[in-house]
Amino acid sequence: MSDKVNIARQFMEAIPHSRDLGMVLTEIENGVATITMPYDERLIGDPETGVVHGGAVSALMDSCCGAAVMSHPSNPGATATIDLRIDYMRSATPGQALSTTATCYHITRNVAFVRATAVDEDTDNPVAMATGTFTIEGQRR
Amino acid sequence: MRKPPEPVQVIKQRRDEALSKLVGRVPYIQYLGVTFDRRGDELTAVLPYADKLIGNPLLPAIHGGVTSAFLEITSVISLSWAALWDDLESGELDGDSTAFRMPKTIDFTVDYLRSGLPRDAYARARITRSGRRYASVHVEGWQDNREKLFAQATGHFLMPQPRYDKS
Repeated sequence: MSDKVNIARQFMEAIPHSRDLGMVLTEIENGVATITMPYDERLIGDPETGVVHGGAVSALMDSCCGAAVMSHPSNPGATATIDLRIDYMRSATPGQALSTTATCYHITRNVAFVRATAVDEDTDNPVAMATGTFTIEGQRR
Repeated sequence: MRKPPEPVQVIKQRRDEALSKLVGRVPYIQYLGVTFDRRGDELTAVLPYADKLIGNPLLPAIHGGVTSAFLEITSVISLSWAALWDDLESGELDGDSTAFRMPKTIDFTVDYLRSGLPRDAYARARITRSGRRYASVHVEGWQDNREKLFAQATGHFLMPQPRYDKS
């Protein structure tokens, strides 16, 4: 395992909520991050179908977008979510892990702009997509 | 002669039973520990603080995803509750709300206004438009001070078609 991925994993494990949901950061570089989250019965939103609750998908996407912002080369430090919109395109298939890739596609001195896509095993058919804006923290002016 | 009104305990019990069944059947709501206070038909969601909800251990602050999930849960339960209310009051539905399916989230947009402090959070949803198929909801979340929101959100939902026989 490379140092970079190792550091990213440690970072994820330092976030109590992400650790509790079993999130694993598999890729982080130059404003792009990928996080996977295993299927877990605690996350079920619809007891009749076993489909994961939208809230759990948003926790995954929020984490991933934040990680993407932090990994952007021109971001000096930490970040916080200003706004995040999630479109739920279909139900996640019960029993399958979710994977999200977020891209920080534009960054200014004060604001980072991010897009993210969440998929299950059917990777051609996204479960949800997100767009968000994030603060740029920790700079000295 | 008009039928005498039902005793208040009977009404309260029926409403509380329906609400607790609605909330109790969703594992994710149990996982986050969200509960609902009821005053008449008005619901206030409560998210009791827990260490596992932390997203930034340095501040510390509640995870943005938890905040979003909390507001979404508040919206979905408030919508389901509003849809159930009339049938519950007319007596068509007793405490058994399992006949009802949850609304599905189409989109959900959260404004993070302040960082979520490591303490209890509250939320109330207002249904701004409720049609047969689509509903719009605005939801506000706060912690110590009702006037100082830590997050707000708007969302659109696809309403389930009632399964029980209403004839």
